[in-house]
Amino acid sequence: MEAVLTKPTATGIRTTGAEAVIRSLLAEEVKFVFGYPGGAIMPIYDAMYHFQEELHHVLTRHEQGAIHAAQGYARATGKVGVVMATSGPGATNLITGIADAMIDSTPLVCITGQVGSHLLGSDAFQETDIVSISMPVTKWNIQVTKPEDLPEALARAFYIARSGRPGPVLVDITKDAQFKEFDYVYRKCEQIRSYRPVPELDLNQVKKAAELINEAQRPMILFGQGVILGNAEEEFRLFVEKTGIPSAWTLLGLSAMPTDHPLNVGMLGMHGNYGPNKLTNECDVLIAIGMRFDDRVTGNLDTYAKQARIIHLDIDPSEINKNVPVDVPVLGDCKESIIELTKQVHLNSHPKWLAQFRAHDQIEQERVISKELNPEQGQLTMGEVVDQISQLTGGDAILVTDVGQHQMVACRYTQFKQSKSNITSGGLGTMGFCLPAALGAKLGAPDREVIAVIGDGGFQMTIQELGTIFQTQAAVKIVILNNSFLGMVRQWQQLFFDKRYSCTELENPDFVAIAQGYGIKGRSVLMRNELPEALKEMMDHKGSYLLEVMVGKEDNVFPMVPSGASVSDIRLS
Amino acid sequence: MSQAFTISIFTENSIGLLNRITSIFTKRHLNIDSLNTSESEIEGVYRFTIVVKTDEELVQKLVKQIEKQVEVLQAVYHLDEQTVFQEIALYKVFTEKASTDNLVERLIRDNNARILSMEQDFMIIEKTGHKEDTDELLAFLRPYGLLEFVRSGRVSVIKPNNELHKRIINF
Repeated sequence: MEAVLTKPTATGIRTTGAEAVIRSLLAEEVKFVFGYPGGAIMPIYDAMYHFQEELHHVLTRHEQGAIHAAQGYARATGKVGVVMATSGPGATNLITGIADAMIDSTPLVCITGQVGSHLLGSDAFQETDIVSISMPVTKWNIQVTKPEDLPEALARAFYIARSGRPGPVLVDITKDAQFKEFDYVYRKCEQIRSYRPVPELDLNQVKKAAELINEAQRPMILFGQGVILGNAEEEFRLFVEKTGIPSAWTLLGLSAMPTDHPLNVGMLGMHGNYGPNKLTNECDVLIAIGMRFDDRVTGNLDTYAKQARIIHLDIDPSEINKNVPVDVPVLGDCKESIIELTKQVHLNSHPKWLAQFRAHDQIEQERVISKELNPEQGQLTMGEVVDQISQLTGGDAILVTDVGQHQMVACRYTQFKQSKSNITSGGLGTMGFCLPAALGAKLGAPDREVIAVIGDGGFQMTIQELGTIFQTQAAVKIVILNNSFLGMVRQWQQLFFDKRYSCTELENPDFVAIAQGYGIKGRSVLMRNELPEALKEMMDHKGSYLLEVMVGKEDNVFPMVPSGASVSDIRLS
Repeated sequence: MSQAFTISIFTENSIGLLNRITSIFTKRHLNIDSLNTSESEIEGVYRFTIVVKTDEELVQKLVKQIEKQVEVLQAVYHLDEQTVFQEIALYKVFTEKASTDNLVERLIRDNNARILSMEQDFMIIEKTGHKEDTDELLAFLRPYGLLEFVRSGRVSVIKPNNELHKRIINF
């Protein structure tokens, strides 16, 4: 449908800034916008009215819900997520999601309305300086006060968000810039003078890295989300298989290779697997690919992999030597650098070294996993719920998690078969992320099953998005692992604060009744023998479904690297 | 070892970039000793000069995080001996007090300072140099009743060759 105002002109079309925004989104092949209208962005919403066929707007119940939904969409599809909000509180409500997207490298374009340019700086109604507020948590941001500047600002925004190391950008548009007419022409951005998104690959560095790898006796690979963001899953698999090197994933690297790949040795980090944590301090060459040595991965840096020579492949030069001193940095797009590296490494295998990982797996299996997944008595465990879901979905579903115990358990015990199957708030640890992110993931990947595993605490941080799930009819399966506690904080209180459970116990509402209020079918499960049937009912149900599972109130997640301890001091109990 | 580093940043001219750059220091709880922005020798390219006292490992991280900003073309850091740098200081003193003691004459002779303005009741003196030099004059003038004192941020030019200029020209 053509908008009313549009008239062709010699150079482009005569239209308003507001309609130019919508046309620019369409030029960038945007299908979904997640947002919430308000005074200062009304002209853009009005322009959108004429494009309802081409552009689907998802009206969330809170701007935080909108941005997490856009994150879920971006992570499930690999495309840029688009968010809209009005000025003032609308814009500030985006901040948590922007910070989350920044630290987890998620491409987002956030469009905020702003008061008219003549009112800027006057403390006008719903005026807030969102450009300054969002500056430390955006990859780039800009305020536009003239419609003539809009096409270039938006073209740059999309280019910056998706290129190099992806991230969130924000375009703040004053109301007068939305109203005014101008001659609109859109050109996609392909280059910015001062911006080098992908460093040039230095083949000498690749050669040095290959030499180290070829000489290594006990090499180990740590891989992160960079492999997924770089679309390098296949190249990575070939590299791992040629070198025969045991490979461990970070929380955000999950699903970049199949869980059951013979060289996948599990998860790094505070609640990762026993083998990769312990053996980080025994390997002789450590190859980090598309990961950033987060403190939850490294534990105490003074005792982290001191014996190893370290190779670091990354697209972002500022990650090199940031936390861990590196012997051989290899800057570049990992798709390209892995291909070059694979050419220069020898066909190899490390059966004895790999066996050490498997021996550690055995210990973890006996000490932790078997009682978590197959408890004989007591209350249901989070692990058995996750394990049964994973078996039911056959590893094909997208797992979306919130933050805390359930997140660690779900990430530990879900089996992944294909990439982009794990969506979680990693770096920022944002409670409330899961429910809206699952909605966004489902809209982005409608043919895939999306399972939202959430704790009872985080669920209530964005519980209002049940309304959006109801309205969009997105068939998200929601599993609340309810222990009536802020479980991870409680676990720390138990272990490090002498069981002083300060402000962590929750008195919860009837979640099933709330879901029903939103037209979402629900059920609550307490007994072990009910679980398989309840899960099957959930999976067989056509629409969205909420399953509450009552789990052990004071269960803990192990293994655990205590905060500030060495990775080799990982505890099994 | 903590020492003074001069960070030179070459940028596009865009609103808010100063904020974006200084927030990288704020994030690490670092104080900026001095900051100056100006045009550079290249049209359309602006130059920030920031002095910070820290260790080299941290300054390397800061420079990489600054260079990562979309509108930054290049960021480099140097030690004092690798640069030629100056700061300008202005001093306002009572004319009457300064006239006693042959102050004016001593100022010009010993301190390489200049008198910018002489009014009936006060005079304004300018001195350009390193911080130690302007501090010295500050101490010298204090007994004469200092009405105002202000010192600019450091401006600094890098001593070795013109590679940097070439790199930025070719961006």
